[in-house]
Order: sequence, then C-alpha cells, then structure tokens
Amino acid sequence: MTDMPDTTFTSDPSHHQDTQETDDAAGYYTPGDPIAETKAPGGPIEERWGTRQFEARIANPANRRRLSVIVVGTGLAGASAAATLGEAGYVVKSFCYQDSPRRAHSIAAQGGINAAKNYKGDGDSVYRLFYDTIKGGDYRSRESNVYRLAEVSVNIIDQCVAQGVPFAREYGGLLDNRSFGGVQVSRTFYARGQTGQQLLIGAYQALERQVAAGTVRTYTRHEMLELIVVDGRARGIIVRDLVTGEIETYFADVVVLASGGYGNVFFLSTNAMGSNVTATWRAHRKGAFMANPCYTQIHPTCIPVSGAHQSKLTLMSESLRNDGRIWVPKDAKDADKDPRDIPEEDRDYYLERIYPSFGNLVPRDIASRQAKNMCDEGRGVGPEVDGVRRGVYLDFAEAMERLGRKAIEDKYGNLFDMYAQITGEDPYEVPMRIYPAVHYVMGGLWVDYDLQGSIPGLFVTGEANFSDHGANRLGASALMQGLADGYFVLPNTIRDYLAEGPFDKVPEDHPAVVEAQQSVRDRIDRFMNTKGTRSVDSYHRELGNIMWEYCGMERSEDGLKKAIDLIRGLRDDFWRNVKVLGTSESLNQSLERAGRVADFFELGELMCIDALNRRESCGGHFRAESQTEDGEALRHDDQYAYVAAWEWAGEPGSQEMGKPILHKEQLTYEFVEMKQRSYK
Amino acid sequence: MKLTLKIWRQADTASDGAMHTYEVDEISEDMSFLEMLDVLNERLNSEGEEPIAFDSDCREGICGMCGLMINGEAHGPQVTTTCQLHMRSFSDGETITIEPWRADPFPVLKDLCVDRSAFDRMIQSGGYISVNTGAAPDAHATPVPKDNADRAFDVATCIGCGACVAACPNGSASLFLGAKITHLGELPQGQAERDSRVVNMVAQHDHEGFGGCTNIGECTAACPKEIPLDVISQLNKDLRHAIRRGY
Ligand SMILES: Cc1cc2nc3c(=O)[nH]c(=O)nc-3n(C[C@H](O)[C@H](O)[C@H](O)COP(=O)(O)OP(=O)(O)OC[C@H]3O[C@@H](n4cnc5c(N)ncnc54)[C@H](O)[C@@H]3O)c2cc1C
Ligand code: SF4
Ligand code: FES
Repeated sequence: MTDMPDTTFTSDPSHHQDTQETDDAAGYYTPGDPIAETKAPGGPIEERWGTRQFEARIANPANRRRLSVIVVGTGLAGASAAATLGEAGYVVKSFCYQDSPRRAHSIAAQGGINAAKNYKGDGDSVYRLFYDTIKGGDYRSRESNVYRLAEVSVNIIDQCVAQGVPFAREYGGLLDNRSFGGVQVSRTFYARGQTGQQLLIGAYQALERQVAAGTVRTYTRHEMLELIVVDGRARGIIVRDLVTGEIETYFADVVVLASGGYGNVFFLSTNAMGSNVTATWRAHRKGAFMANPCYTQIHPTCIPVSGAHQSKLTLMSESLRNDGRIWVPKDAKDADKDPRDIPEEDRDYYLERIYPSFGNLVPRDIASRQAKNMCDEGRGVGPEVDGVRRGVYLDFAEAMERLGRKAIEDKYGNLFDMYAQITGEDPYEVPMRIYPAVHYVMGGLWVDYDLQGSIPGLFVTGEANFSDHGANRLGASALMQGLADGYFVLPNTIRDYLAEGPFDKVPEDHPAVVEAQQSVRDRIDRFMNTKGTRSVDSYHRELGNIMWEYCGMERSEDGLKKAIDLIRGLRDDFWRNVKVLGTSESLNQSLERAGRVADFFELGELMCIDALNRRESCGGHFRAESQTEDGEALRHDDQYAYVAAWEWAGEPGSQEMGKPILHKEQLTYEFVEMKQRSYK
Repeated sequence: MKLTLKIWRQADTASDGAMHTYEVDEISEDMSFLEMLDVLNERLNSEGEEPIAFDSDCREGICGMCGLMINGEAHGPQVTTTCQLHMRSFSDGETITIEPWRADPFPVLKDLCVDRSAFDRMIQSGGYISVNTGAAPDAHATPVPKDNADRAFDVATCIGCGACVAACPNGSASLFLGAKITHLGELPQGQAERDSRVVNMVAQHDHEGFGGCTNIGECTAACPKEIPLDVISQLNKDLRHAIRRGY
C-alpha cells in the first residue's frame, strides 16, 4: 500500500528493555512491541519545537479550501483548534453533544491557567514551568512535550487578552497573578472563580466568528458514535443527531478528537453529566492506543456525598486550603458531635501533624489519600452514607479570627455561598465538610509529539490525550494544555499531515463505512430491544462504586482482580437486562446514556488492568504494595519509567481475544533528574 | 417530603404538549431540583413510562444548559440556576408546576428541552473581537483600567441560559445581548468593532423573533448571574452612537 503514511511506532526489538520484575497483570494482557518513535526532534530542548514547526510542511493556501477537518469537541481544546484551523482556511466541521459549543465542560474550571510570563518578576521562566510540570507529573511525562507546553503558555495569555477575556487586573491596569497548587511562583492567571468559563467564551466566540466567515460548520446535539478508518487512515465519523435520532456519516481528510476526560467512569465525579469516553473509546477499538488509563486525579476539596440520590459532585477551589485548616476528631466517638463543641485538644489536624512543613498545602493526591485514611479509621464526619461517614472538616475559624470575616468573604465569598446553597449549612458558622472526588484523568489516547494518535490522520487534543501531565497534573495546567494544543500545537503539526492531502474521496458504500454504520445501528437496536428490568443509571452507579472502591485512591493486586471480575459480571448483566424506553428515532436521553455506560464498562476493565500492571505508586496512582515504611508513595523508576500504551484486542473477557496488548514507550530524562517526592 | 408535580410533556416540536401530574414521595431536602427529577425518572422507567427529557450538564450553575419554569418563575424561586436549586426551597405537600422556557425563538424539542441556537447565531453576527490566532500583541501592551476590567467581567459571567427571555413578557433577549455588548465594549480590544457589533447583533436579535425591551425588569430578576438592567441602557446608547456615526 503505497499511500500508507509512516506509522509513528516501530517494533525494533533492540529497544525492548523489559526490566519489570513483577507481572501482576499476567493473564490479563498480551505483551506487545515497544514504541520507539515519538517524532520529537532531538537537540537542545529549547530548539525542538522551533525545529518541528519549521520542518512541518505547509499546505498550499489555495489548496486549503479543499482540505477538510472534523473536530469532535468544543471545549478549550476543540473550540480553539476549530477556530484556528478555520482561520487558516481549512473546511472545518465541529461537533458537540450539548446544545451550544459554549457549554463544553471546560466552562466549569474555576481556579486559573498557568503561563510562564514572569510578570511578577519572581523568578519564573519557561524552564521552571517545564521543571515543575515534570516533577508534578512524578516523572512519567515526556520532556519534549512538556517543554513545548511551557513555551507556548505565554502566547495563550496574549491571545486570550486580545479576544477580550476579562482576566483579573491590578489597580495599574496590568494582569494579576496568584500562586496555585503549592508552587513557589505566582504564574496563575484567573478571572475570579470562573476562569474556564471566560477562556471558553473567548474560544467559542472565535469559533462562532469562523462560522460567520463560512469556514466552520457546527453540529450541536450530535454525538460521535464511531470512527471511520479507511486504508489505515482516519477519514470520518458516524454521529447520532440527538434530536431526531438520525444516524449520519461525515467524511474529512483528518479527524481531531477533543472530547474531554472520562472521569465519569466513576459515576460520581466533578465532570459534567454528559462527559464520556465514547469518542475516544470508539477510536481505541479501531486501533488507537489508550495510554496510562489508570492515572486519575482525585481532588481533595469537594462537597461530600449527601445521599443515595447524588448525581454528581461539586468541586470547591483548592485555594481554600490556603486559609482553611483540615481536621477530624481524635476519637471516633466524637464523629457526630457539633464540631464547635469539640475542644482543640480533641481535634487531629492530621495534615499539619504528618507533614509539618507543607501542612494543609500538600499535593492533591496526598491530601485526598489521608482524608480517606481518616474516614477508614472511623473518624470521618457528616452524615453516614452506606454505614460510613465520608467527610473531614475544613475550618476557617482561625483564619477569620486572624484576618477578619470580611477578608474571608472577599476571598472566598462565592465558594462559601455555593457551599451553603448545596449543603444548607453556613460555613462562616460551622466548619465546611469536604471529601475527595474524581476530578481529572491524566490518561487518554496515546499521541506522538505531533499529537497524532496511533491511527494516521487521527489527532487528539486536550484532556482526551495523555500527553503532558504524566501521573499527576498540576493545578491550572489543564486549561493551559487545552489551549496550547488547540491554538498553537495542533494547527502547526496537522498541516504536515494535511500537506499530503486531499486524500481520495471515500465512497459512501466503502465496506469500512458500511460496517461502521451497521455496527452503530446494531448497538442501538440492541439497547432498544433488550427490554430488561434495570435502568442505565443503576448500572452506571454500580460500576462507579466498583471503580471507586478498587481503582480509586488506593489500589491493590487483590482489589483490582476482584474489580475486573465484578465489572465483567455486571457488564454481562447490563447487556442482558438493561431497560431503555422510548424510541431510537427521537430525543432519548436513556439511550444516549446506555451507549456511554457500555463504553465505560470496557474502559473500566482496562483501567484496572493498567493499574494492576503498574506495581508502583506514582502521582495519582497509589498501589498498596508500593509504599515506604511510613506509608508514602514509592516509585520504581528502574521498572516503570514508561508510558503504558494499550492496543485493543477484541471484546474483553472472551477467551481468545480480549487481552489488550501492552506497548511500552520508555521515558528518558535528559534535562531533569528524577527524584522521589517528599513533602514531610 | 411528598410533592405533586405538574410537568409539561411534549413528544417533539411538531406535536402538541400537555401537563401531566405525578406524585413523588420521600424527597429529601438535600436533593437538588434535578436530582428530584432523576428520582422520578428512575421510577417512571421502572413503571414502563418513558422518562421526562430535561437538559443539564455541569450541574454547577455555570454551563447554562439547564433551565425550567418552576411555578411560573424562570429557574424557580431563588436567584440561581435550576441545577443549583435545592429541595429545601420547597415544603412538604406542595404542588409544583414545571414547564420548558416559553418563547417563539426557543422551540420545544421534547418535554422540557428547548432549542436555544438563536443565541449562537446572535454571537455569530458580531459577538466577538476579530483577532486571528498568533496575531496578538503582548498581553501587557494595553493596560485596562481595573474598573473597566471588573465591569467587563461582571457582565461576561452571563451563562447564556435564556432565563431572561423566558421571564420577559415580550420575549426579549435584550439582557443577554446587552451583557455581550457591554463586556466587549468595556475593553480597549473591543473598540474597533464596537459600532458594527451592536448594529449587527441587534439586527440578528430582531430577525430571530425576540421582542423589544419595554423596561419591565423581569429579566434581571430571573437572571441567575444577576446581570444588571443597565446593560440594556448601554446597548441602547451604543446603538444610538453607531447609528449617528452612520452605521
Ligand atoms: C470542576 C472542575 C474544575 C476545574 N478547574 C480547573 C482549573 O482551575 N484549571 C485547570 O487548568 N483545569 C481545571 N479543570 C480541568 C479542565 O477544566 C479540563 O481538563 C479541561 O477543561 C478539558 O478541556 P477539553 O477541551 O479537553 O474537554 P471538555 O471541555 O470536556 O470538552 C469536551 C467536548 O467534547 C464534546 N464531546 C464529548 N464526547 C463527545 C461525543 N461522543 N460526541 C460529540 N462530542 C463529544 C463535548 O460536547 C465537549 O464539547 C477543572 C475541571 C473540573 C471538572
Ligand atoms: S443574561 Fe442572565 S438570564 Fe439571560 S442568558 Fe445570561 S445568564 Fe441567563
Ligand atoms: S446544568 Fe450547567 S448551569 Fe445548570
């Protein structure tokens, strides 16, 4: 096949350096060839991105009107890409499942966006942001990618300000910054507690401007259900019009997935109700590798679950930890006492006790895990849900005494109001209750330096890819990555691929197209015709419980194996017994959810296998078997300094197939020295 | 608590709809309004009746996807979004009517879901600053006085939910429009297109079939983000200026 582009990974056995001593996931997976090539140029790290941009071919401007791009997703990563590609003159089709591109989940981000502007003159630099991100990711991300991210971060702020994003400013009219997530410099730009909203509206307006210019067409309330791969290249998607139920097919020269994260596999998370894995999972089933799926970020400051009806969890900015003190009663007997009646000497400010130098500002994963430990010991507070109290106090009494109530109102007023609205308690009077919740996934589709997946012509941006955060993401860096990918990286790398196009038109009756359409229809028919007894949500909730229990804040070999069995059993039952009413030719929200949950089952199993294989603790992934004597995370760089990229091998759980193939991409550190974290 | 719900059900845009009555029991005051509807939907599903379609996504009051007329008030009795309304705002034994937004430019798609794409088309008509990616000067090249920056932010918090339209007896979208005109008009970056923006956006507003503003103020009372009424004065002022300058 002469028109096959070079694939981005090779199977040169000389690269195979299998140093892993344990093989916990044996029997659940098939070892595959290592990934040796990521397309990152060599040379000094600060020159690599420039080199790549220069070497990437440019499609002739006159030709661009004949080159088409599909972008799935209108969050920061998708809207920015679609707008920029439209400006460059390509023909862009943009898809989202909400009723407007402006409602993508990026809208909910609160805290801010990092950029190495060094406007404060406090010693920040591209190199420092690069270094902090590599270290924050616990040495499980690629140096080349992360350096580029830090490099383009400065352009993002310029672009957003020019679009009219109303960032916070100082009295002199210049931009304000704050320090975020425990880093030493103030590099976070923000728009009160609504940074994501303001950035997304900027990108959305840029997108709508291109709609008016005729370069972009938007398809709202459309859900991607399948990827079309023809002759080894991604060439289109199959979508369902969520209003009419019609199954539609769209073709393009290249497909970009910017469909966000899959945290909703846990059912309860801070993600939007519709956040899903379907777009990326369908691509995975067509050959795109899924990298590090088990890396999940669990955020320590969320409002606890109040009862069985809970549909989602609400995050409260972690800036609260700057002034609030976290504690639980020393004695489990005090758990249901009014906290104001518990005297100082009976309180355990456990983070301050265990981590005297960082105290309440320890990284997210540590704060989360310790909260779980306290509740597991029976010292949690708040209502009992399923027999356990899952909450710890976040107390502002001391801060209010020190700074005055007014200062606390000015800083956190909107968060306190939100808390009061949801819980019915007044946090100025009674300490807040918080508990960790799933917030973000570092894992996602594997991409090379160009953000191209393992299927040629499939590009992946934003939270949907795995690329920049390693095993843990720093606060305010997801927004940065989404916009870096969409405004600056992808438009410069995709042009190299598009310079080979336009590719031959795909005939509507091509077998690959017919097969994809048929499989979408069959799946929908199956949901509609099962006519079982249980609702989609009840399955989703049960799957979420399994994931949270065994693949949440702490994972163990036994627990993960048990989870895999439970997931397989539940999935079988789902396919036999799910109940979806209504019709497939109309707006049908149960049907939409059924498709998403079906994919979450398969993803959940792969996450457990990935977690099982990685017998080390790194970043957001804590394996009970890999800890120091005093219970802290222990990495094994000699064995696991690799990206685990999984290839689909057929329906999971079946005898012959179903054992995902593990491709390892070794990580090498030329510029940063690998160190164990210590926050004591 | 126990409640009687009167809910609008409509199969699709072309069909007629009607109010249906449902009784619900064991509703806890910690539930959000939408979680209460989730509970009802679970029950309907188990009884073989198709669940009620309603929109929501973030359930944090920021995406603007949710929106119901609750007892005749857009987003219900509190100044918040429907998803952030909690059942402790209601009392045991109450009857609650639940309807979709009512406005000609927002056709009902099914049950409680409406089509708000008219808002997107209004933004397309000029609700942006024209700057291509990569063409921006350094962010500190143009300082913005803090008062203007704060004012721009205050009105940029609009979530595009459409409650202002649903609450307005004229079905006007002037609050939504005024918020965008004011957001971009407060900033130095927004000046170059200020005249064309207001003229084109007002034309699109009228073209979509939204009504005129007669200063009733229901919009701002219903707005979950408390967008102030004076953005409409700003809108009118900008329009007058633009016309005077020959736009
Ligand atoms: C509550 C909260 C607060 C946060 N705060 C911060 C913060 O302060 N700073 C920070 O840096 N990060 C923060 N994050 C993380 C950050 O917001 C996200 O990682 C980021 O916005 C993801 O952007 P995205 O463009 O990749 O995806 P999203 O914004 O999730 O967009 C996904 C898009 O894909 C579309 N889509 C999905 N599936 C399909 C499908 N099958 N078919 C069609 N369309 C589909 C959706 O419609 C949507 O348009 C926060 C996250 C949460 C949950
Ligand atoms: S102005 Fe207020 S009510 Fe109107 S769309 Fe914006 S947020 Fe909603
Ligand atoms: S669901 Fe997002 S604002 Fe209500």
